Amino acid sequence: MYNAVVNELIGSLGLIKPELALLVTFVVVIIADLIFKNNKVNLGLSILGTIVSGIFLIGMSGTNTSAFANLIAVDPFSEFFKYLILISTLIVLVMSEFSEELHNRDVWMGEYYMLVLGMALGMFLLAGATNLIMIYLALETMSMSSYILSGYTKEIKRSSEASLKYVIFGSLSSGIMIYGMSILFGMTGSLDLYAIQSYLAANGFFQPAIFISGLMVIAGFAYKISAVPFHFWTPDVYEGSPITITAYLSVASKAAGFAVLVRFIKLTFFDAAGSSDESWIMMNSIPWDMVLAVLAVATMTLGNIVALWQSNVKRMLAYSSIAHAGYLLMGIVVMTNTGLMSILVYFFFYLLMNFGAFIVVMLFAHKIGSEEMDDYEGIGYQAPVLASLLTLFLVSLTGLPPTAGFIGKLVLFGAVLDSGWYWLAVIGVLNSVVSLYYYAKVVRNMWLRKVDNGKGTLKFSIQSQALVMVLGIPTLVFGLFFGPIMRWAEHSVRIFLGN
Amino acid sequence: MTNELTLYLIIGAILFSLGVFGIITRKNAIMVLMSMELILNSANINFIAFAKYGGMNLEGHIAAMFVIILAAAEVAVALAIVLNIYHNFRHVNIDEISKMKE
Repeated sequence: MYNAVVNELIGSLGLIKPELALLVTFVVVIIADLIFKNNKVNLGLSILGTIVSGIFLIGMSGTNTSAFANLIAVDPFSEFFKYLILISTLIVLVMSEFSEELHNRDVWMGEYYMLVLGMALGMFLLAGATNLIMIYLALETMSMSSYILSGYTKEIKRSSEASLKYVIFGSLSSGIMIYGMSILFGMTGSLDLYAIQSYLAANGFFQPAIFISGLMVIAGFAYKISAVPFHFWTPDVYEGSPITITAYLSVASKAAGFAVLVRFIKLTFFDAAGSSDESWIMMNSIPWDMVLAVLAVATMTLGNIVALWQSNVKRMLAYSSIAHAGYLLMGIVVMTNTGLMSILVYFFFYLLMNFGAFIVVMLFAHKIGSEEMDDYEGIGYQAPVLASLLTLFLVSLTGLPPTAGFIGKLVLFGAVLDSGWYWLAVIGVLNSVVSLYYYAKVVRNMWLRKVDNGKGTLKFSIQSQALVMVLGIPTLVFGLFFGPIMRWAEHSVRIFLGN
Repeated sequence: MTNELTLYLIIGAILFSLGVFGIITRKNAIMVLMSMELILNSANINFIAFAKYGGMNLEGHIAAMFVIILAAAEVAVALAIVLNIYHNFRHVNIDEISKMKE
């Protein structure tokens, strides 16, 4: 008995090597920071740790099992999200190196890299968590690092305001989530998602209580993906945080939120036997698809409409990221593996284009000292390369060909139409049309206003332009050759469904 | 037995409602943080009550332990942030902390 437990633990350690790599790096960076007091060393170590974690992740590809007695699932689905998180972390670490906002201060940068890694670790665990307490722990690990990071430039007022708003909304929603979990635990007698599922399948119970507690738990995830009505923090936090962290929150944090949302709904409320089929079978006729459809429509409509009258590009991108969460929610509504695949494809492309847009906005802010749309007038002729790339990213975010964003939307709307949610697809397409207006406004300001404003060209370092190129070229290439990503996503829709 | 469980659940629900009410109405950031603690403790009461009266295993107690630990960690982070707010604004009234507008 005792030996069996020890063997299980040791065996499980082998399954969380990528997480362990991140954890070790986390500790090493703290120590290195004390010894060397050098940002370059911290950065190098963090990047090294991320890459080592990636190598372990590649080595484990295709694993489909569960670790630590069903605490964490190690399956292709979580693996896909872990790649997304690792890529985002790498981009953020490199991007931070160019950020003047972070470096031009008299304050020591030390714990910045450590906190980014801590956040990545939380997201890794969240992507695979299959136990209510594990979900709560992972979510808080990620949240606490991000609360601090969003207020990292603490001498700037709007940054500290952002972190206050983030911590208040964040702990409110995680409080609601843990209360929902306590009720779900009481109704089903277990914290393990697989056990909850088999209990729900086998026994009768008081349905409204399950429904309400489920909603409460989903509220915690909806906050992470900034879905309406838990989006209030998004614009302020995105505008106030250092822009590297804004980009990280808008991609990686959202990815982890979606991973856990999908896994929770799928594992808890769906019939395990029906899962390998094209459509998932819902248990006990609680209409989760309708709930999510309403959430999706509210999220994308609000995001797009409010984005229309934003004058700050960073804030506009915040609302745009709310809208994108709405599109992505449509992929869960359809409750099929195709829908799930479309989410993964969309997310990969969203990572490229959103990071790209944020990096260009950051680089422009360094030169013109502003993120206001009006100050972008004529910038296309001052910095043609970056302005062209920003145009590309914005076109891609709108979802126009020949960019990756178009393919993402095509796959997503295709999945929605296939399963007969016509009204939802129509609303989605209408929303995309609305979004064209505010994305195009930035493009218009860059290229068509004050064509000869007399200002000289802006100089950007080769490295920073190369970083944007690294994101820009795939955005274009995957718009034409999207086969590999589609196949990768198809292989990754397998969620571990218990023993 | 069941009656006692119901009593605990009602206390939990009241605490939860008070916590949400406090977060919505209070202006002082410290009071908001205290309301947050009420919410977390209401979840704890539920966990423990279910574990004791619901005839369930240790999981409920373990869950409550984790919630207590995380509540402490969270409040440490939140207080640091509130302190920083005080440095920048010279007050902690969350209604007046809105540099950024629509």
